[in-house]
Amino acid sequence: MKPIALLAALALTGAAQAQDTAKEIQRYRQMIAEGSPVELFEFAGEELWKRPQGPSNVSLEKCDLGRGPGVLKGAYARLPRYFKDADRVMDLETRLLHCMTTLQGRSEKDAAARVFGTADRPAEMESLSAYIAAQSRGMKLDPGVSHPKEKQSIELGRALYFQRAGAWDFSCASCHGEEGKRIRMQDLPVLYKPQFARPVIASWPAYRLSTSGFITLQWRMNDCYRQMRTPEPNFGSDTTVALIHFMTVTARGETYRGPGNKR
Amino acid sequence: MNRIRRALLAALVICIARPRAALAAWNKDAFGAKTAGDALKSLGIGNAAPSKEVTIDAPEIAENGAVVPIEITSNVPGTTALIVVIDNNPFPLIARFDFKENALPFVKVNVKMGETSDVRVIAEAGGKHYVATREVKVTIGGCGG
Amino acid sequence: MAGPMKMRATLGQGFTEVRVLMTHPMETGQRKDSDGKLVPMHFIQNLTVKLNGKTVVDAQISQAVSRNPVFSFRLKGGAKGDKIEVAWLDNQGDSNSTESAVA
Repeated sequence: MKPIALLAALALTGAAQAQDTAKEIQRYRQMIAEGSPVELFEFAGEELWKRPQGPSNVSLEKCDLGRGPGVLKGAYARLPRYFKDADRVMDLETRLLHCMTTLQGRSEKDAAARVFGTADRPAEMESLSAYIAAQSRGMKLDPGVSHPKEKQSIELGRALYFQRAGAWDFSCASCHGEEGKRIRMQDLPVLYKPQFARPVIASWPAYRLSTSGFITLQWRMNDCYRQMRTPEPNFGSDTTVALIHFMTVTARGETYRGPGNKR
Repeated sequence: MNRIRRALLAALVICIARPRAALAAWNKDAFGAKTAGDALKSLGIGNAAPSKEVTIDAPEIAENGAVVPIEITSNVPGTTALIVVIDNNPFPLIARFDFKENALPFVKVNVKMGETSDVRVIAEAGGKHYVATREVKVTIGGCGG
Repeated sequence: MAGPMKMRATLGQGFTEVRVLMTHPMETGQRKDSDGKLVPMHFIQNLTVKLNGKTVVDAQISQAVSRNPVFSFRLKGGAKGDKIEVAWLDNQGDSNSTESAVA
């Protein structure tokens, strides 16, 4: 065979193989989605939502996540957004912390003492996030974009996405800035582009198969900074909320699929 | 307390303390076998004939070996059991499912795979055994998720 | 002690699909905890599915079934309101069960 033809044939094989790999991984993810333990966290979250806690001994059932006290249907899909009573933009977890302190009378220190859990002991935030997010399944992502503080938050998120810092001088864009990149078998989606942000944001929070735990966006922000060798941001900080806000706005309009499954 | 009552209570205690042992058989030898061959021998499974009537639906590549979904079924008439073996696992016997009259020989389950391996499913029907095999590749993932 | 266990039984094309999720660590005995100590074996060994009180599936499983097991079974025919019960027993003597009517 002529050298050029051989090279072409090899190139096609390589491309075809990459396609096959991607297809098979899709198949894996589909089979997982059809039989994942993720629902267990939704049930645990429902129990926590209804459980009276704190000095005030009340449940979270009157917590206002943006659609009125206790209204869960569609609430997650409309976050992050500005909340007048706190005078800031909040994502789900920040808002839950707010309700734990204002409704249940728990101190911020206590309520936020353990926000990231383990497989053996999920954190309250994780189970609650699973339960609440599930109530937005099938709805379009519609974060707040019109209030001045929402606009500020989105711009802050955008700036932070590209802001290089820390020991390695990394930004989010260092890994998530170029199409077609991956780390081992994990694709690195370019999250400032809608076509890539949409499927990602539509499947968080999620059950993590490798640890059997449940991971949330606050955890993801924290862990990304940790992996970039940058000091970990505070839970529910302006930094984390702004980044989540920016990416959710980038994914705006996508149908939320409910808590997902991640490797 | 009179002797009859005491005897009855003693009998009652024994009944309550024992029932699980009677109801739950678990084949220690088979599950403890370190090779697929030994596990199948412990189960009394000799030669299993390859059969297209036994199906394994599994992804070719598992992103994570901790959770590998497999869907198995047998169209061999009279199938009463399905046995799952993962050749390269430290203990290859994964499960044995016995189906009574109202159950179809069908299971979907998530299994752990230590590395790329053949997954073998043996159907038991009328005292004979039929087998299907499928390779599942296990990758090492990156970070994130 | 056991975490949530949930089951859904739905009518399919000529069969009843039973999907059950259970909370269980399914420890293999080979994992080390954060202190470097081996976490002892703790896994479901037996699983039974009952239809209207009669056992229809009897399973023996190993520690190689994934953590927080999810099983799907299929029963012949079936009708709305049929009672399904799934129960498990583990190597440490813990157990749990759940009941559901076919929807």
